[in-house]
Amino acid sequence: MAKITLSTLRHSYYPNPKSDSEYALKEVDLDWTDGGAYALLGPSGCGKSTLLNIISGLLVPSEGKILFDGKDVTHLPPDQRNIAQVFQFPVIYDTMTVYDNLAFPLRNRGRDEDTVRERVMAIAEMLEVTDMLNTRAAGLSPDNKQKISMGRGLVREDVNVVMFDEPLTVIDPHLKWKLRSKLKELHQRVKATMIYVTHDQTEALTFADQVVVMQLGEVVQIGTPVELFERPAHTFVGHFIGSPGMNILPCTLQNSVAMFGDQPVALEGPIHGSANGTTEIGVRPEFVSLSTAGLPATVTKVSDVGRHIVVECNAQGTKINAVIEGTPPAKGDAVHLQFRQDQTRLYVDGWLATTAQEAAA
Amino acid sequence: MKKRTIVPIVYILFLMLPIYWLVAMSFKTTNEILSGFSLFPQTFTLDNYKTIFTDPSWYWGYINSIAYVSINTVISIAVALPAAYAFSRYRFLGDKQLFFWLLTNRMAPAAVFALPFFQLYSAVELFDTYLAVALAHCLFNIPLSVWILEGFMGGIPKELDETAYVDGYSFPRFFATIFIPSIKAGVGVAAFFCFMFSWVELLLAKTLTAVAAKPIAATMTKTASSAGYELGLLAAAGTLTIIPGAIVIYFVRNYIAKGFAMGRV
Amino acid sequence: MKTENQKAWFFVLPVLILVAFNALIPMMTVVNYSVQETFGDNVFFWQGLDWFQQILRSDRFHAALGRQFMFTFLILIIEIPLGIAIALSMPRKGFWVPVCLVLMALPMLIPWNVVGAMWNIFTLPDIGLLGYFLNHVLGINYDMTQDPVAAWVTIVTMDVWHWTSLVVLLAYAGLVSIPDAYYQAAKIDGASNWSVFRFIQLPKMKTVLTIAILLRFMDSFNIYTEPFVLTGGGPGNSTTLLSIDLVKIALGQFDLGPAAAMSLIYFAITLLVSWLFYTVMTKDDQT
Repeated sequence: MAKITLSTLRHSYYPNPKSDSEYALKEVDLDWTDGGAYALLGPSGCGKSTLLNIISGLLVPSEGKILFDGKDVTHLPPDQRNIAQVFQFPVIYDTMTVYDNLAFPLRNRGRDEDTVRERVMAIAEMLEVTDMLNTRAAGLSPDNKQKISMGRGLVREDVNVVMFDEPLTVIDPHLKWKLRSKLKELHQRVKATMIYVTHDQTEALTFADQVVVMQLGEVVQIGTPVELFERPAHTFVGHFIGSPGMNILPCTLQNSVAMFGDQPVALEGPIHGSANGTTEIGVRPEFVSLSTAGLPATVTKVSDVGRHIVVECNAQGTKINAVIEGTPPAKGDAVHLQFRQDQTRLYVDGWLATTAQEAAA
Repeated sequence: MKKRTIVPIVYILFLMLPIYWLVAMSFKTTNEILSGFSLFPQTFTLDNYKTIFTDPSWYWGYINSIAYVSINTVISIAVALPAAYAFSRYRFLGDKQLFFWLLTNRMAPAAVFALPFFQLYSAVELFDTYLAVALAHCLFNIPLSVWILEGFMGGIPKELDETAYVDGYSFPRFFATIFIPSIKAGVGVAAFFCFMFSWVELLLAKTLTAVAAKPIAATMTKTASSAGYELGLLAAAGTLTIIPGAIVIYFVRNYIAKGFAMGRV
Repeated sequence: MKTENQKAWFFVLPVLILVAFNALIPMMTVVNYSVQETFGDNVFFWQGLDWFQQILRSDRFHAALGRQFMFTFLILIIEIPLGIAIALSMPRKGFWVPVCLVLMALPMLIPWNVVGAMWNIFTLPDIGLLGYFLNHVLGINYDMTQDPVAAWVTIVTMDVWHWTSLVVLLAYAGLVSIPDAYYQAAKIDGASNWSVFRFIQLPKMKTVLTIAILLRFMDSFNIYTEPFVLTGGGPGNSTTLLSIDLVKIALGQFDLGPAAAMSLIYFAITLLVSWLFYTVMTKDDQT
């Protein structure tokens, strides 16, 4: 177990990258504390798998360093880093039994058979696979195969970090939540650092204490699920997390007042920094309400998603979603929208540019 | 990794050496060949090739070979396509037994069939025609094509067929315009193997022909024994038989590995 | 999964007719000959199973069969491991892959008698590249028309040259179908190269290797043209394999009865060994 530090990491799959766009990872500085449950969230191609492979040692970064507990491991091969990785598709040694599969990493490291048996039995019990230990691994169902590949990671008592690369892709939907809670439980029992890569926000938000959101090879925000939801540091995070995502409204600034068309919009607090660049207002649909006064808009679509109702409106050509409860308006109705002021923020070039004010009225 | 690449390089060198020697011989004069050993042709000559291209008994051999190989490939693929479709999509009485029986013909030693084939094709008056050799080679090429194509068709989901029927396609139109294009890699691989096995086979081809349809390879053996030992000429004729194969394989180069795996050849 | 449809028979009918025409009629002819005796002029006498007994007891058949198994055994034991080793050391992707594959497949596309003729030219003692090299550079006395050992070494080498690529291509196809994740997982699990081969590559290649061994067994068991052109079965009978002997009896001596009986025995052995091997190799999959 160790603290993992990524220091000014850059990676390109080209031998001599010329521009920023040739970097799969632009510049990453991160600390992963010991025993934490992290999720690495982002759309496909954002560089999260690259980052994962750099930590596991399958890739050597073009620039920068990786430290485990302060020790430079940038050039160490995977088997000397004491890490474990679970892949998208279950990797199973087909010809071996479940027991031999679980024992494989220990035997490769020359542990004696008594230790091996003790560890394998402990892990098998944790994963609830004790009754299949003597069956051939090839015949297992995908979720059990995936459990065995997790088990091969956990069986080593000295793992620094266990990494999951979209491990639930091939699992049936009704088994996904079961494996996910199993994972959460495992994390509490073995207390190893775990990094979970996914593009699925539900998986990330339910598994992790800390979520790292990536886009285009950059880390855009690190925070708890609540922080990501409530104060997205970037419009991308606002948009990517939440369903439906945050409303992004183009706006102009007049004397530090945000104007959506000709309508002034009250923000959560003062704007910091220089506001040169593209300015946008961000407000989550959960904080938009229908009212008799406020921004005039037309209802274009009403969808009942169960617990609440999503009302899609059009205001000056921009789509705005509102999540409401109670009786929805009809399609084509003229309505007025109110934004909750302490949840309405300004973004400059995509990045958050307002400071919250507790006392703001 | 670096060290390992030496293995395929050495292997390819080993493969190329006899071929090089054949090609080098074909450019030597008979005099030079008989007078002793030389690594490269000392007096480079195209005479051997000139002989082949001007003597009808030589160049007709090539035309004959290419003719029956082509006919065989077309017949094999044409009848194997519907059969492979039936095996990959339907269950019917005796399907497994039939499939297995087809494959056993791949194991039949050609020598076993040489004499009966001669009698059979004489009886139906096809002896010494392209069709005789083309049909005889169907014995092993049809089972092979069915096998390869069935493998490729198995990789195409059944939903494709069903969608087409829902869209109102008739079976022949679906088969010709949708299904065959979606397995064209498989058709290419199967055609390649038909070409290959028909091209390289000699025992049956020689048995079933006399003059009119005699394959080039048989012409070579005749010439070698009758006209003394004209090694240069023999080498030139041999060199020319490598070229059609080399051309065909160039076209399927990207499918070979995949074809072997998918087609289970 | 598959639907029951008896009309599918119409799809297989052309295949059935063509293959049956080529397989059944000649096979019946062979069976017919195998139980009769002829002195020419199309006069036949019923012979029963005499020919079969005679063949099965004849030293000549035993010797040819022994040589045949020896040959098949030798080429399998060389070609299979060699093919796997070459496939393992090939690059997985890039420009050189198709180049390698095309060059390697080339020997398989040469007409079989040209292969024989080519090796004949290659090994001529004084003017062949290999013959000259062995005799005049290494000083080994090499002449396969005189020395049975030299003849054997030559036909085996020729077959290795001709057919190892088939094993390479099949094994390679099996190797490239292994996802990268397996190698990465093995690295993380600390597996040695040998373990990677034993527990990942070999199991994944099993299907294609079964096919490779079967094909090489069947084809080497049926081999005729290449050794016939190269050695003519000699010196003496030292390289007279089953097919060569069969053709000698059938066409050389025109002993149709014994030749037919031998054909059937020969075919039966090929079928039996193939079937046994296939059953053993695939039995594992069910358990």
